[in-house]
Amino acid sequence: MTAFVGTTAAAPGGTAPPPPPPARRRRWLPYLLLLPGGLWLLLFFVVPSVQLAGTSLYDRSGSLELGYSQAFAFGNYGDAIIAYWPHLVRSALYAGIATIICAVLGYPLAYFIAQKSGRWRNLLLVCVIAPFFTTFLVRTLAWKSILSDNGPVTGFFRSLPFFPDDFRLLATPVAVVCGLVYNFLPFMVLPLYATLERLDGRLLEAAGDLYAKPATVFRRVTLPLSMPGVIAGTLLTFIPAAGDYINAELLGTPGEYMIGNVIDSAFLVRLDYPQAAALSFLLMATILVMVFSYIRAAGTDEVV
Amino acid sequence: MADDLVLENVTKQFGGVTAVDDLSLTVPEGSFFALLGASGCGKTTTLRMVAGLEELSSGTVRLGDRDITGLRPYKRPVNTVFQSYALFPHLTVEDNIAFGLKQRGVKDTKKKVAEMLELVQLPAFGKRKPAQLSGGQQQRIALARALVNEPKVLLLDEPLGALDLKLRRQMQIELKRIQTEVGTTFLHVTHDQEEAMWMADTVAVMTEGKIAQLGSPTDIYEFPSSPFVANFLGQSNLFAAEVSGTAGDDLLLSAHGGRFAAPSSRAHSADGRVWLGVRPEKVRLALPGEDAPAGHNQVHGVLTDTCYAGVSTEYLLKTPWGQEMSVFSANAAAGEPLQPGTEVVAHWYPPHSFVLARQSGEGDEVMRYSADPLGVAP
Ligand SMILES: Nc1ncnc2c1ncn2[C@@H]1O[C@H](COP(=O)(O)OP(=O)(O)O)[C@@H](O)[C@H]1O
Ligand SMILES: [Mg+2]
Repeated sequence: MTAFVGTTAAAPGGTAPPPPPPARRRRWLPYLLLLPGGLWLLLFFVVPSVQLAGTSLYDRSGSLELGYSQAFAFGNYGDAIIAYWPHLVRSALYAGIATIICAVLGYPLAYFIAQKSGRWRNLLLVCVIAPFFTTFLVRTLAWKSILSDNGPVTGFFRSLPFFPDDFRLLATPVAVVCGLVYNFLPFMVLPLYATLERLDGRLLEAAGDLYAKPATVFRRVTLPLSMPGVIAGTLLTFIPAAGDYINAELLGTPGEYMIGNVIDSAFLVRLDYPQAAALSFLLMATILVMVFSYIRAAGTDEVV
Repeated sequence: MADDLVLENVTKQFGGVTAVDDLSLTVPEGSFFALLGASGCGKTTTLRMVAGLEELSSGTVRLGDRDITGLRPYKRPVNTVFQSYALFPHLTVEDNIAFGLKQRGVKDTKKKVAEMLELVQLPAFGKRKPAQLSGGQQQRIALARALVNEPKVLLLDEPLGALDLKLRRQMQIELKRIQTEVGTTFLHVTHDQEEAMWMADTVAVMTEGKIAQLGSPTDIYEFPSSPFVANFLGQSNLFAAEVSGTAGDDLLLSAHGGRFAAPSSRAHSADGRVWLGVRPEKVRLALPGEDAPAGHNQVHGVLTDTCYAGVSTEYLLKTPWGQEMSVFSANAAAGEPLQPGTEVVAHWYPPHSFVLARQSGEGDEVMRYSADPLGVAP
């Protein structure tokens, strides 16, 4: 009691005690921790992006040897859309289909590994990421021989009724989507696994106890609670798949080329830097728009 | 009655472990029934078998005349309040409560949900998410979510286990009130003997997957059927004894060289080896000079510990044969508690005794020494 009186009495006359130094230093700590990552982003993302944005507005009549002049040629974007909109649409479509297939294949797999696999869990997880031990390029080339015209898969389909004898998989949209699904499946499975692993089995029991049939338990409890994993998985699959060009190049024909192939050739073959840059921004914008509308829909949607 | 819950010879094995062992019991419709036992004795497993969350290894579960043994959980007219509450974190309190109603196609859930929130005294909490509730509030919502379905039997698995003592007492009163109000059969699992005695009409004491004793709290406390129950529910003083004869309605016993009496009606076993039991609060202390009332059972001893606990004083005394005996004495009279070292005579009214069967071997060790009450025999 006396101690209380003492402190209150001292306050009006004296100065407010300075905040202890450790607290002040700690306030800087988060920024300090941000610094390396922030510098990295600034150097390798922000600077190149600004530069790319500048490039995309150059006068296209210039060339690499003669140099470009900054003309703020927003028409470059219009030209790029008119010339390559089918590739943009195709990219979104292939990546979208591949993402859906990944989700359909990946969800049960992730659910099984997370909830039912018991002591096999770690082994199964290693199997999911095992393909990463070989390079992307080699894996995709392997699919080329798997789906080749005289390969076993095509042979099997040809032996079925209703499939013509010249039925083929390689160099079709199917092959490209297959390649995308295969290459990006782990990106779907791992985030799904992470959320499903934390799913409380007692909630599922509670739902059953409250008269929900197994299908309803899934729809009203399991799925809504695993939405963070679904969203993370679809984004991690869709975004890189939409910009991918290896699968279309190795497993498809120019008829299956995606926007990545066009950017690749604009930069490295046609040396049309302004258009390549404009296409890159268009791809980024397309993805951003799709991702944002998706997150808004998935985030606010009453899935239940 | 029509909707009694009946378990018949129910057994559940997990691999080699028998969690529930040939258990039979009847929970009368509308009763507050407590399943009391130490952790790991099979209470949760029993409850889960009634809910349909665990398959029986053998036996049947019936509700009235209906065999529900093999019924899927979502087809049973039974709801559970889970030990962990298991509220759906992504749904509001209202949606949590309405969950079961919606599954059964009830159209107007609003009114019922509001009634339930009223019943558990949280009317303004409908729009919150479970994470925004305290433990006690979550507990009430879990109760509302189960009760709104008007189950035939409500299963409660240690529903108050996670609450602090004060809140637990409050919720015990609350639960009892709600049960009286709705009249639903409550099957309440707990390891807290006070909670069980306090709340339940009928208590089943469980150990190692079996029912040790079943009855009203008074019956079980006043006349336990085995040494386990006698010490699980409160404390008991048990003396190894042998039946030496009868006198009218009384059983005569000899133990440690002394002679004791107990009414035959309070004996679970009437011949051979027995335990003579008495609750500590039934025993009174007299100083050696004073006379104990005639006909009282008497044990001499020396106080070894005195523990003043406000309402009562708990004494520990050592008998000549080395056994410890506890005596609770209400602090109703004036005067200081007796000090350790005092020689006393503990005595009690024979009808407060109870007599239990004693297996051969149990307690014989003490019996041998006690042939000579002065303790000089080898
Ligand atoms: N799913 C299970 N698998 C294996 N053993 C189990 C399982 N559930 C319970 N048990 C065992 O059954 C016994 C009874 O458990 P439980 O019913 O949870 O006890 P209580 O609820 O009384 O504490 C314990 O020995 C426990 O280890
Ligand atoms: Mg338990």
